[in-house]
Amino acid sequence: MDDSSAPDGKAGAGTPATLAELRAGSYYDSVVLMLLQRALAELPGILDAGVVMGTPANKKLLAQSALLTEDLQTAAPEDLILVVKAESETAGRAALARVDELLAARRPQQTDAYRPKSLASATRMLPEAEWVLISIPGRYAAAVARDALNLGKNVFLYSDNVTLEDEISLKETAAGKGLLVMGPDCGTARIDGVGLGFANRVRRGGIGIVAASGTGLQAIMVGIHRLGGGVSQAFGTGGRDLSDGVQAISAKQALGRLKDDPQTEVIVIVSKPPATSVAQELMSQAASCNKPVVLDFIGYCSTQEEDVAANIQFARTLDEAAELAVSLTKSADSTGCTEQHPLSSQSTTEAPQVVPSHLPHSFLRALYSGGTLAYEALYLLQDSLPSLHSNVPLPGGRRLDNPHRSRGHTVVDLGGDAFTVGRLHPMLDNELRVRRLLQEAQDAETGLILLDVVLGDGAHEDPASELAPAIEEGTAAAARDGRTLPVVAVVIGTDGDPQGLDRQIERLKGAGAYVFTRHDDALRAVAGAFAGAGDGRSFRSSKQEPGAPQASEDGHVSSTFAAINVGLESFTDSLRDQGAEVVHVDWRPPAGGDERLANLLTRLR
Amino acid sequence: MESIIDSANATAVERMTEARPVLTGLGKALDLIPGMHENLLLHAGPPIAWEQASGPLRGALIGALLFERRARDEGEAERLIVSGKIQLAPCHHHSAVGPMAGVISPSMAVYVVENKTHGNRAFSNLNEGYGKVLRYGAYSRDVQNKLHWMHEAMAPVLGAAIRACAGVDIRALLAEALHMGDEGHNRNKAGSLLFTRQLAPYIARFAPDPLTAGAVIEELGENALSVLNPVMAACKAMADAGHGVENSTIVTTMARNGTEFGIRVSGLGERWFTSPCPQPVGLYFPGFSAEDGNPDIGDSTITETAGLGAFAMAAAPAIVTFVSGTPQDALNATLEMYEITAAEHSAFTIPQLDFRGTPVGIDLRAVVETGITPRVNTGIAHREAGVGQIGAGLVRPPLALFNEALVTFAENYGF
Repeated sequence: MDDSSAPDGKAGAGTPATLAELRAGSYYDSVVLMLLQRALAELPGILDAGVVMGTPANKKLLAQSALLTEDLQTAAPEDLILVVKAESETAGRAALARVDELLAARRPQQTDAYRPKSLASATRMLPEAEWVLISIPGRYAAAVARDALNLGKNVFLYSDNVTLEDEISLKETAAGKGLLVMGPDCGTARIDGVGLGFANRVRRGGIGIVAASGTGLQAIMVGIHRLGGGVSQAFGTGGRDLSDGVQAISAKQALGRLKDDPQTEVIVIVSKPPATSVAQELMSQAASCNKPVVLDFIGYCSTQEEDVAANIQFARTLDEAAELAVSLTKSADSTGCTEQHPLSSQSTTEAPQVVPSHLPHSFLRALYSGGTLAYEALYLLQDSLPSLHSNVPLPGGRRLDNPHRSRGHTVVDLGGDAFTVGRLHPMLDNELRVRRLLQEAQDAETGLILLDVVLGDGAHEDPASELAPAIEEGTAAAARDGRTLPVVAVVIGTDGDPQGLDRQIERLKGAGAYVFTRHDDALRAVAGAFAGAGDGRSFRSSKQEPGAPQASEDGHVSSTFAAINVGLESFTDSLRDQGAEVVHVDWRPPAGGDERLANLLTRLR
Repeated sequence: MESIIDSANATAVERMTEARPVLTGLGKALDLIPGMHENLLLHAGPPIAWEQASGPLRGALIGALLFERRARDEGEAERLIVSGKIQLAPCHHHSAVGPMAGVISPSMAVYVVENKTHGNRAFSNLNEGYGKVLRYGAYSRDVQNKLHWMHEAMAPVLGAAIRACAGVDIRALLAEALHMGDEGHNRNKAGSLLFTRQLAPYIARFAPDPLTAGAVIEELGENALSVLNPVMAACKAMADAGHGVENSTIVTTMARNGTEFGIRVSGLGERWFTSPCPQPVGLYFPGFSAEDGNPDIGDSTITETAGLGAFAMAAAPAIVTFVSGTPQDALNATLEMYEITAAEHSAFTIPQLDFRGTPVGIDLRAVVETGITPRVNTGIAHREAGVGQIGAGLVRPPLALFNEALVTFAENYGF
């Protein structure tokens, strides 16, 4: 038994005990379970807690934390596992007895209104819904997506672990019906002024976006908003869409929609580097758009320049893509893709200075929650910082052997698979990042810590309230060792976001962090600090662009948007909060998760 | 493309909803019910032997033999049944249905309901009202006296009235009653008054004397369940019209005998799927509690099978108090049943849901897929014979029944 989490001398009366409860056939979404797990762990006398569905993967995780008791071995995927490690059996029993109360407390605003159990009845209740959001476990998601398509709905497929075959067949079916499938693994979109999934509140405007990247899309939308521009539609495609396998089925459809959309003046396409043939095809479709198109294929800039049509411009950074797009809607001329390294020039919007520099024998530790932001950081920093290590695969990059341990300059994507199995994404739950930040702060090799803080609907309700104390604690710990440890934070958010952009920035600055609102500026400052270019000028970024209207000015709420949500309750709350009409499906695995019966049902359809 | 099963189900449900059951007569079970004979007692639910029968069912069987004057006391009645001299069979095997214990004996009067669309007939006995009654297993002298009065004084008049008024269209009556706050199972207040109103002039005309006329009208009008039995026969006639459709997964029978809950499926012939009956959840009359309650009993679940009862709960918000609910709960109950039904009823509509048709045609597949079992509004019998009704509430059949039926269906049809 792993006793690393055994009571460290503060055990009360009684002997430590691990108590478990199994609830057969109860299904809850993963967010609800993880919040319950945290709530249990915070109860008096509780050392550790596990609240998961009994899938083999989850049981493995429990075993690793020494929480898989004998009676839990037999748990089935449709069984809810509740387990606590407590200082005493009494404390453990008391905690388990509070489970129902904790679960009930999570739903204060729940009304008595009927919650449909199936997509078909939800459709009956809200026939005008054109979109179905799906965020149930991946193994069930494709079937629900198929039902949605058969009902004539577009699909926002947040779920991951959907097979490539299913993705292709869903997208082909959808294309045949003139419907769009965003995803799988699509985190963000903005349709008719309403954000889906993780989305920032930005004003409506003339810029349409196609994105194979979640945080990339968020950063661009936030950039557009900050510069006074607005978004017509933002379609996500899922990270695999631009691969050889999927052949950009969704991206092409989305591009077609933007081409035909009279509200859209300028189109932005953002993706990690796509398959070459796919990139060529997309570019030739973009060339026929009769609208300016800004491409950000992160690291795919200048190689194809001769073939590029006149209406296409490459951006080197997400922020630059936003800038180009805004300048094009204003019919201003712009610079496009230059030969200069993207970090060699200053952005036009923010002063990039940061940090007392001189960090000769120390390293960058970048702890990202956004995958695309981490990717962009790697790409943009690879020339300034030698031998960058990361858990993000980048051609030519060095792979971290152990993502939990940094080596040299390190960029970690804490939203990567190694970190998110059985736990919430770091955009929702800061715990992992807080722990990692403190771990890095104690490492004498750490010279600078870089964090992204992503705001918006779907994200943690107040990330600064948890990150700021950790920053204070980390820098204080370094100071006790006689080290100065600058922390740079880039906040991706707008003045309309529910967390309050200014409040988040103030809180982080109050903790001593150097705060940026442009990712490339933050990276410039980081690169500068390690090159000794920092001049210690005081921080003065994060202001709104002069004259940039506030988010609320022209109203980001559309009264016409209607959707059906299958999965995470937080998505329903967020849609409702944005003024959209939404029906939440009280989804359960078919036949209570009994695979034999579920297979039978498929045959009997 | 519609699957074989989907189109079979559409056919089955269409037959159920297009059936037009009309009450056309009242007569002796022995003369009317197919297969009825001198030594047969019919009972509610799936087949059962005396040994497994619960208190209320035993009481009703004893009471029926006393009523038939086949036994002088309960010991003799029991011996007749145990010896096999008197046989037992489900009402459902003889085109009949009976509430609670549902016991029908050869000389009892039964309503005749004819499905004018498809020609099949269904039967049910007379409703004795509330309190100590045979259907809850009571067989004391006053229960016997009431039964004899009903059969000797009331039945002839009632039968003549029904024939004279050229039949009572039960489907039309139910459609109207739903708009008056009934759901057709636990609440039949409006329906019973409509029934009484339609028959009263004829009763007055055909009764041998004004006293009998008054007594019969009073009996029908004061008993808020007087129309329940013709309604159940009507539902049976509708459900039977949808039974026996090849490839159909529509549930055409749900019934309880006080020990087991049983269902039958349109495409699976006469086969029953049974499982121990759950205890209803509900309100108990003063002085009684769940410990006194018998497991669920009766054929009255035929109303839910046909798209009424708990399925039409939205129409009858007044009775949600049985399960300490709110009017919203009544709406939710009906909305939930749409999840497991194949159609919406063309004749029965619900004002509270913008005149949407009631959910009808329980699809086995939908029950298994969603894990939502049919809701049933029910009365609660005391577990001992002769005490009677002690409460009312809600019950759901066990999911296992539906799982088993689905597996059998797949095996039978080679899916």
